[in-house]
Order: sequence, then C-alpha cells, then structure tokens
Amino acid sequence: MTGATTHRVWRLGADVDTDALAPGHAMKHGIDVIARHCLEAVRPEFAREVRAGDVIVAGPNFGIGSSREQAAAVLVQLGVAAVIAPSYGGLYFRNAFNLGLLLLTCAEAESLKDGDRVVLDVAQPSVLAPEGRTLACEPVPDFLMDMVRAGGLMKQLRQRFGKERTQP
Amino acid sequence: MTASTTALPATPQTLAQKLIARACAREAVAVGEIVTCKVDMAMFHDSSGPRRLQPMLEELGAQIWDRSKIVLVMDHYVPERDDDSRRIVRIARDWARDQQLPHVYDSQGICHVVVPQHGHIRPGMLCVGGDSHSPTGGAFGAYMFGIGSTEMLGVVVSGQIWLRVPETIQMWWDGRLPAGVTAKDMMLHMLSRFGMNGGRYQAVEFCGPAVQALSMQERMTLSNMSAELGGQVGLIAPDATTSAFLAEAGAPAVDTAPWFTDEGADLTRHRFDASTLEPYVAAPHSPANAHGVSHYLGTPVDVAYIGACTGAKLEDLRAAAQVLHGHRVAAGVRLIVAPASLRDQERAREEGVLQSLLDAGAELYPTACGACSGYGDPMGDDITVISTTARNFKGRMGSPTAQVYLGSPYTVAAAALRGCVTDPREVLQ
Repeated sequence: MTGATTHRVWRLGADVDTDALAPGHAMKHGIDVIARHCLEAVRPEFAREVRAGDVIVAGPNFGIGSSREQAAAVLVQLGVAAVIAPSYGGLYFRNAFNLGLLLLTCAEAESLKDGDRVVLDVAQPSVLAPEGRTLACEPVPDFLMDMVRAGGLMKQLRQRFGKERTQP
Repeated sequence: MTASTTALPATPQTLAQKLIARACAREAVAVGEIVTCKVDMAMFHDSSGPRRLQPMLEELGAQIWDRSKIVLVMDHYVPERDDDSRRIVRIARDWARDQQLPHVYDSQGICHVVVPQHGHIRPGMLCVGGDSHSPTGGAFGAYMFGIGSTEMLGVVVSGQIWLRVPETIQMWWDGRLPAGVTAKDMMLHMLSRFGMNGGRYQAVEFCGPAVQALSMQERMTLSNMSAELGGQVGLIAPDATTSAFLAEAGAPAVDTAPWFTDEGADLTRHRFDASTLEPYVAAPHSPANAHGVSHYLGTPVDVAYIGACTGAKLEDLRAAAQVLHGHRVAAGVRLIVAPASLRDQERAREEGVLQSLLDAGAELYPTACGACSGYGDPMGDDITVISTTARNFKGRMGSPTAQVYLGSPYTVAAAALRGCVTDPREVLQ
C-alpha cells in the first residue's frame, strides 16, 4: 500500500467487540464462513455488501474483547483496506498487524460519516475527508508498517524460514 | 563486594518494568521502549492452538523452539458435541502426540485455572497465552498476556516476542472486603469507573491491604478480568499467599522477594475503599455497564449460570453453596453449574459444596469453557441470564436476544434462590 488511495467508509459506533466481528457460534468454521457472519449483530448487511478496498471507520475501542485473531482475519478476507478509529483493543492491535491489516489511530475518526469517500495517505499517515479536511493519524512504528507491506507476520516468517532452508 | 552488586538502578522501577527487564536481559527498561523478550512459558488451547498452529508450522517447515515451555489445554470444544468439535479436538490430540508435548491437560478444566494449578506460572516469568484472559497469570507476579494465533506461531518458532514497555496504572484498595462481597465485585466496580479500555493496554497493578488479604483464587479473578479493563497485564506482587499456593501445586520453590514496585516509581494510582464496596452487577451488553446491585433489584431471571475461569473455581462454588445450602432454587429458574476444573469439582465434592448445589436444583455441566463463550450448550433466544462469567457482549453466550447480567457467585446464587436479582447479603446464612 503506497501513495494516496480512495476508499468508501463503513461507519460503525464505539466498542465494536471481537464477538461482533467473529461470532462465537461461527468460530468452529473456516475464515470464509466466519466472514459471512462478520458484524451480523450490529450491521447485518455488512458482510454481504462490503467491497474490496472499503474502510471501516469506528468509535473508540475497536476490537475490544477476545484474542481470537479471526476478528481481524475476517476483515482481511472481506478485502477491508484499513480500519480508522480513535483507539483499539490492545490485543486486536497486535493481531491486525500480524495479519497484515492496517489500523490507523485517528482522534477525529468519528467526524467521518457512513458512505463518505476518503483518501488515505499511508506515508503520513493521514485521512483526507470529503470536505477537504485532513485528519492526522498517529505514526505507525516502521516494523509494523513492514508487516503490513509484507502481508503479515506469516509471510515474513515464510521468507525467513525459506531463506534458512536454502542457505545451509 | 563490588560496585556492580551494590549499584541501585538509576530510577525506581515498577513491577512491570522489572519483569520485562529480566525477560530482555537488561538492568532496567523505560516506559515506551520497544524490546524483544524471551518467553518462559507459552500456553494455548484447542481453539486457538493446534488447529491454527499445526498447518502454519508445517508450511514453514519449522520446529517448536522448546517443548518443555509449551502447555496445551483442551477446554473450548470439549466435550465434543458435533463433527466440527470432534475434528478440532482430534487435531489437538494428534498434534500433542506427534510433537511429544510434555504438558497437556485434556478435558481437565479451563486453561486459566488448570495451568496455575499445575504450577506452570511462577513469579518473575514472562508468559504468553493464546487467549484474552491470559492476564490471569499476573496474579502470580508473572508478566503474562494474551496473543493471537499468528503471533503465537512466531513465539513457538522463536521463543521471543516484542513488547512496548507499558505505563503502570495502580489500583490501590484500602480496607477489607465485607462478607458477601468479592473480587468480582471489585472488578465490576473498576469497570464501571474506567470502562472497557480504561487500562489502555498498559500494565494494571492491583495492590493495597484489601488485595493482599485476597486468596490466590480471588486474585486470579481480578487479574483475569484485567482483559475487560483493557490492560495488557493485571499484576499482583507475589507474597506468602502466592508461595503457599504454588507449593501445593507442586511447583519448584519460588523467590517472591524481587518482584514489587519500587517506592517512588512513576505510575498512576487510583484509590478505592473495599470496606464500603457493595455487590456489583453488570447489565447487558457490557461488563462496564455495572452498578451496585441495588440498581437492579427485582429484575427477573430465567437462568443462573455459575461457570467460567472467573466464576466457578472452588471458592466461587463455596460462595454459591453458602447462599443455596438447604434451599431450592425458585420455581422456573434453571441453575447451571460448570466447575472451572476437575480439581475444583473434586474438592467441592469432598467438602459437600457440590452436593449443596445439586440439592438446590443445580444442573452439573462439564468442566470446560462451555456457554461462557457460546461453546457447548449456548443460551437461547429472549431469555434473561445472570452469570458469573467475564463478558456479556451481545450474542456471546448464544442468542443475540439473550439478556446477560454479570455478578459474583454470591449474587448469581441469590438470584437463583429468589428468581430475580437480589442483594446476596440479604440471604447469606
């Protein structure tokens, strides 16, 4: 993800928890099935209507709750490009980057509306709102940004172990 | 005596900083630093563990860094109820055998209770768990936190993990808890005050005379629900209570002396008075939606659920039995008891605690995570549940239309007795 890109906003409220993102009753299934139930309790049409490249904008404490990383993997599966919120559950924050999902911490996220089109500048990082306002985001440490670019920790480990096997 | 052995650290350190410094082999660490730590123990269960780790390990062609430091617990999908759960548990059992894991607890109870009961978490350690309630380990003076499966894979192949050295938020409890008021009430009170991300993924530390007076199992309830407070860890400085519990668990002798927060260390302190605390209840659909029990008196309940790592240990079962002994639950109320571990269930049986609950009309459920997280036999539509579990998110225990209240085992038992939310102090014998 480089340069400025345009995205449609799905606006959610505060405290979106991991049970809402990956419901317990679906957890025994693979990620494709869990993804069909993503956010069904708060936004029933989301899983059906979300398109690759859309972004989620939410209130504080996005992803609070369980350690289940499927709650981040569903958004990768559904093609969500990034989540923009004022704060995150700490576990969710680690899980998202481990799976290559970009989380932007943005104090003014809640000023964005459902259906808005926003421009992300990941290098800054910042969000350009429809009326031309620029919303600053907290910097993302380089090693986490590398993880997002690589597509997650697993892809990084694959490179590392692949190399170790070819270099005796 | 050389200068190096007498030199004091330049600045006072918190317990969290001391634990992290040891794990990254440094004299001291500063808040905000990102460091790489060695992991002393990695725990995971059938849901977060083998079914996700095994295919990833195979794909990498990598090996476990140290089998002796891995603890596997089958607690989420046991007992197996359908083909999916049978498949998931079989993967865990086959993998444990193929990898010749030395520490496996299959259908013995919930990981956060079983692992400490076998002495795997000790003061000074840095541990990770594949479950959000892993901060339970902080009750033993270990820096233990939850991680997802992909990050666990990183630990399993490297034995290391990165950390940002956290600030410390001290919850200082003066006084002593009155009869019928528990660690669960302390936690629901703190949640009502600070909300579900009040811990900001920093280190929460519980201390003060009321915390020192708590038993090990009550301390575990506090540390467990640091997850709900949003802390990365929920630490309690270890003491003689910790040592005694670990000795009984068969752990090697431990040194508790180094593990405390220095006087003058930089931290935020919140103060509470345990002696004036009343029983607390959290209403749907958030543990932070909590008030004193008086706020909800008379709310009718259909199911009273005494289960989970944070609500069905031996002491929780004793508390419930203290309310229910010699009585029957109210007509039309289902009382479900799912002890947190087989060891706790056996002790409760020996003490007559289990019989008191059964005589009151309790249905005994398996010693597993069960309905707490929507596994096993989840809750149906439109029913009202009062539960000793940690979370009442919409849909977590089953149906999205189930209304789930949270309370201590005293409060849940009192609700079962009267058929509605009741102040347990009114019915305590």
